[in-house]
Amino acid sequence: MIYRILGGVAAAALTTSAALAEEVRVYNWSDYIDESLLEKFEQETGLELIYDVFDSNEVLETKLLAGGSGYDVVVPSGTFLQRQITAGAFQKLDMSKLDNKENLWDVIEDRLKKYDPNNEYAVNYMWGTTGIGLNVNKVKEALGDDAPMGSLALIFEPSNMEKLQNCGVHFLDAPAEMIPAALAYIGENPDSQDPDTIGKAEPVLTAVAPYVQKFHSSEYINALANGDICVAFGWSGDILQARDRAAEADNGVEIEYHAPSEGALMWFDNMAIPVDAPNPDGAHKFINFLLDSQNMATASNYVYYANGNLASQEFLEEDVIGDTAIYPDEATLDNLYTTSPYGPKVQRKVTRMWTKIKSGT
Amino acid sequence: MRRAALIAVPYFWLLVLFLVPFIIVFKISLSDAALAIPPYTPTLRDGIAAMFAEFDFENFVFLTEDDLYWKAYLSSLRIALLSTFLTLLVGYPIAYGMARAPEEWRPTLMMLVILPFWTSFLIRVYAWMGILSNEGLLNQLLIWLGLIGEPLQMLNTNFAVYVGIVYTYLPFMILPIYAALDRMDGSLIEAAEDLGCSRLQAFWLVTIPLSRNGIIAGSFLVFIPALGEFVIPSLLGGSGTLMIGKVLWEEFFNNRDWPVASAVAVILLLILVIPIVLFQRNQQKQAEAEQ
Repeated sequence: MIYRILGGVAAAALTTSAALAEEVRVYNWSDYIDESLLEKFEQETGLELIYDVFDSNEVLETKLLAGGSGYDVVVPSGTFLQRQITAGAFQKLDMSKLDNKENLWDVIEDRLKKYDPNNEYAVNYMWGTTGIGLNVNKVKEALGDDAPMGSLALIFEPSNMEKLQNCGVHFLDAPAEMIPAALAYIGENPDSQDPDTIGKAEPVLTAVAPYVQKFHSSEYINALANGDICVAFGWSGDILQARDRAAEADNGVEIEYHAPSEGALMWFDNMAIPVDAPNPDGAHKFINFLLDSQNMATASNYVYYANGNLASQEFLEEDVIGDTAIYPDEATLDNLYTTSPYGPKVQRKVTRMWTKIKSGT
Repeated sequence: MRRAALIAVPYFWLLVLFLVPFIIVFKISLSDAALAIPPYTPTLRDGIAAMFAEFDFENFVFLTEDDLYWKAYLSSLRIALLSTFLTLLVGYPIAYGMARAPEEWRPTLMMLVILPFWTSFLIRVYAWMGILSNEGLLNQLLIWLGLIGEPLQMLNTNFAVYVGIVYTYLPFMILPIYAALDRMDGSLIEAAEDLGCSRLQAFWLVTIPLSRNGIIAGSFLVFIPALGEFVIPSLLGGSGTLMIGKVLWEEFFNNRDWPVASAVAVILLLILVIPIVLFQRNQQKQAEAEQ
C-alpha cells in the first residue's frame, strides 16, 4: 500500500516537473507587445507561455536581486541591465540557440555595449526616447498658440506649469528619467554622476512639483487618451499609444509626442535570462521568436516603439518607420543622450531628493 | 501534558508566523546594502561568527538623521487616526440601524455589508479612481447638477485617501459594533427612559457604554492596517501624501536598500505593538467579563 502511494506521489512529481519544463515565464513592461504574438509563440513552439508585466525597473530589479524570481526572460532597461549584470543576476546568452540574431541592428548593438560590453548577456527588444506628450487643444487653450510644445520649458518653467495644472500634468515616477531631463534643461550634463551637479536639478523640479497632479509611470497612457490630463512627461511609445487610443475612441482628444529640443534621453529595453531561470532553453526559444523580423515588426507596429532589429524594418508600417518620433532622423539622433547607472551612495541621494521633490519633505 | 500541548499550539503559531519573520527582518536591518543576490551583506554564507561580527545599528542611526522618516511615521499616524475616527462616525449609525432593524431584515443588511468583500479589494479601489477622477462619475454628476462649473480635483489628494480607507475598512468597524449592539438588552433603554432619561441621554449613557467594546475592537481593526497602508495611498493619493508604507516601498525598490527598509519596518512594528497589546488586553477583559 505504502509503495503504491509513494509511486503515485513520484508519478505526480514527475508529471509536474515535466509540465514545469514546458512553461516559459516572461516578465515584460506593461503595454509592450501585440498580444497575438503570445498566442503565436505558443502555437509555434507548443510551450506554455506565462506573461506577466511590470511598470518600473525597480520592481523588476528587486525581484531579480531577491533571487528565485521564477522568470525565464526579463526586460530591464540599459542602466539597470548594467547593474544587474554586475550583481550576477543574468546568465550569458547561448548564441547558438539564437539563429535570428543576425537580424539585429549593429547601430543599436553598439550603443548597448555601454551597458553590456560584449553584447553577451542581452539583446535589444525596443528602444525609444523620453519626452513630452500633450493634448494639443488643451495646451493651446492654457498657454496660447505659441506654447513651447517641443521644449522642456513647457514642463520646467513654473509659469507654464501653473497654467497647465488645472488640465492636469503627470510626470514619470522615475528619478533616473526626470533628473537628467531637468539637468538638460539648465544646460548641465544629464549623465552627471556628481552629487553636486545632480543637486542642481532639485530646485528646477521642486519649483514645478506642486503643479504636478501625479508622479506615475503607466497611468498617463489612459489619462492622456481619455483627456483626464493634458501633459505627460513619459516614454515615447506610451504617448504614441495614447495618441492611437484617443484616435480610435474618436473623443476629440488629439495627442502629440515631442522629443525635447534641449536633448532627450534615449533608452534601451533588453531581453535577458536570469541566472536562476527554470527553463533557459525555453527562454532562448522566446527570445529567438521575437528576434524574427516579422514578429518584431508586428510588435513595433502595435506598440509604436523602435526596435533593435534591422531586418524587421521592411515589415514596419509607414506610420512607424516613417515617424521621426519613433525612428528619429539624423538631427534628432544627434540630440539624444544616454545615461549610466548611479552608484549606491548617489542613488540614495537621488531617491531622497526625489521623495523631497514629490512630497515636500 | 494535554494542557502543555494546548498552550504550545498558539505559541508555535506566534513563533512561526510572527517571531521567525521578525527575526529575519531584524537581522537584515543590522546588515549593509550590497550589489548582489540577495542585496545585502553579510549573509549566512559568510559563516555565523563573521555575520554577527559585522552587525551594527547604523541603519537605525541613519533613520534618526533624516527627518523624512519621523515625518512619514507621524503623517501615517495622523491619517490612520483621522480615518479611524471617520470610519467610526460612518460605521456606528449603520451598525445601530442594523441592530434596531426588524429581525427578518438583519441577515439581508448583514449581507449588504459583507457583499463588497466578494469583489477584489484592488478592483474596488480602482472603481474609486473612476468615480473620483476629473472626468469621473462624481464630477460629471456635480457638473450636470450645476453645483460646480469646473471639475474638482479629488483623485490624487489626501481626501481620496480618506475616502478609500473609510470605504475599505468600514465593514471591520460595523461588524464588531453591530455584534455588541445586537447583544444589548433592549429593556435597559426602556428602564433608562422610565427613570427619566431623554432618548438622547439614554443613548449616550446606556447604549454607547454598552457598545464600547465593539467600538474599541472596530477602531483597532481599522487603525492597525491603515497605519501601514500602501495600496490605497499609492493608487488614490497624490504626490503630497506621505505615508510610511510608501517610504518603505521606496527603500526597497528605489534605493534597493533592504537593510534600511528593514529598519523602517522594525520601527513600524514597534509603533504597532502598543495598540496591538492594548487591543489584546481589551479582548481578554471582554472574554473574562463574559465568563
